[in-house]
Amino acid sequence: MERIRERVIQIYGNLVSLLQKCIFCILSVGPIPNHIAFIMDGNRRFTKKCKLMEGAGHKIGFSALMSMLKYCYEFGVRYVTVYAFSIENFKRSPEEVQSLMDLMLEKIEEILKEQSIVNRYGVRVIFSGNLKLLSEPVRLAAERAMLATAKNSKAVLSICVAYTSTNEIMHAVQESCEEKWDEITLLNSSGAGYGLISLGGYEQDEMDHLIKLTDIEKHMYMAAAPDPDIIIRTSGETRLSNFLLWQSANCYLYLPSVLWPEIGFRQFLWAILNFQQIHFYLDKQRKQS
Amino acid sequence: MPFSLHFSPTPLITAPSPLSKPFFLVPYYHTLYAPKSPPCSSTEHALTHQGKQEAFDRRPEDSQTLPLGLRRDAMPSHVAVIMDGNRRWARLRDLPVRSGYEAGVESLRKIVEICCKWGIKVLSVFAFSSDNWFRPKVEVEFLMSLFERGMQEDTGIFFRENIRISVIGDLTKLPKALQELMVNLEEATKNNTRFQLIVAVSYSGHYDVVQACQRLALKAKCGLIEPSDINVSLMEQELETNCTEFPHPDLLIRTSGEFRISNFMLWQLAYTELFFAQSLWPDFGEAEFLKALLAFQQRQRRYGV
Repeated sequence: MERIRERVIQIYGNLVSLLQKCIFCILSVGPIPNHIAFIMDGNRRFTKKCKLMEGAGHKIGFSALMSMLKYCYEFGVRYVTVYAFSIENFKRSPEEVQSLMDLMLEKIEEILKEQSIVNRYGVRVIFSGNLKLLSEPVRLAAERAMLATAKNSKAVLSICVAYTSTNEIMHAVQESCEEKWDEITLLNSSGAGYGLISLGGYEQDEMDHLIKLTDIEKHMYMAAAPDPDIIIRTSGETRLSNFLLWQSANCYLYLPSVLWPEIGFRQFLWAILNFQQIHFYLDKQRKQS
Repeated sequence: MPFSLHFSPTPLITAPSPLSKPFFLVPYYHTLYAPKSPPCSSTEHALTHQGKQEAFDRRPEDSQTLPLGLRRDAMPSHVAVIMDGNRRWARLRDLPVRSGYEAGVESLRKIVEICCKWGIKVLSVFAFSSDNWFRPKVEVEFLMSLFERGMQEDTGIFFRENIRISVIGDLTKLPKALQELMVNLEEATKNNTRFQLIVAVSYSGHYDVVQACQRLALKAKCGLIEPSDINVSLMEQELETNCTEFPHPDLLIRTSGEFRISNFMLWQLAYTELFFAQSLWPDFGEAEFLKALLAFQQRQRRYGV
């Protein structure tokens, strides 16, 4: 009886998988997003809603993440970014922060295993954020994961940890200024400098030549990935919460009301269909800017 | 003549203004509303002992002009608007595009009036994006002339209603006459305190961050700061929204049903609640604005925690 039940589940699973592949074939006639970003919101609310033990929501949320990654990579999305842990999340209770760090450690080890999604789809894993804020075990595990997957080239998974967009932009601005500072010092010492600007006044041209948009962009934590085509935030909250602010300038925002652990194929499909509807216009906007 | 306060228990009744006239020609405190109780002693105290501006802000009508359901204590201080849908509005009515923009200006005037009435301190509007320079030349020229005309026509009103105008964006790309007008208007209204209207013209979030970065780089070059001193606070001081006490919008409204930010105030929108309205901007009126504010007041803001 048990074996028949297992067999039925297996056949059902295969049918669903086949149906999904057919839908992907049809959808791939239209534009395929190059980069999808997820704000995985609603894990704690899911725990409360289903009256589960503390932390269970995040564990189920991780399974939901694996499903979404599978859909993305099967469909042909090359870059996926997830907002795993914000710098502001450090303000949560120490127990919650610790349990999230432990979960992260556990899952980093898991994704490096042979049968994991990362190896199946040739995914390079990047941890974006101010990693110095992480505890040493987590930071070392992250660095190990990045090293272990550095040679994978079919797809990229950016995990934003100890990340906020304002911190990312500020850090990029700082690095750009330091780079220009070094350049100017070098040029001045060789006698080919810009010349001194008198304090209290400056030319607009001088300012324009100092730092450009591309100088800042190359120092972003997310420089390895192009701008996202879709940002999906679950749980019905309509805000960016300091995620990819710089990169979201012309990006489609999809804000379903399901909680993150409840997200499924239906929401993925809807996001893709809406994206394909406005893709042409967004692409034109991006090329103009 | 600049603003003068006349408090009277019996409101002055004015003739209804034709639709084409901006609301500002009917001063705010002359309404058809009859106060339910005689002037309270706190207001008389305010009139006699406090500055005229504080008295103006504490008029008893203010506490009674909020629609049902809206809480004054939970009103956003700064609302930002992406005024999308003017051209579509015109196309749907077989009108020229310029009619859409003119209808958009009327809509803006109505929303400014409502903001003043409901106690919102700052309204930022995305009037012209850096990307909009790629639109047809005729359209761009019309928009420039519309901005010039609008600012000239409403100058008296800004003074009378104590409204401060600030302009953010790369003004060097604008026609010289418009640049001068904007700079002069900003300077002339900088001490107005009742309400601030920030108009983003030739602006983008990327431009704002890059110009802040350039200013900081220049300061570093001049030895005023070290690059390692650069922090969030220094960045915020150099962003163009440093012209206001409330640089971060609490609520962003985008009309016409599009779900994107379109390069508006990227840094400042970090924890802003987003509201996407289906109606086109010229149709966005009090009812929709109320819906947006009610939705905002129901949100639980965690600021990332």
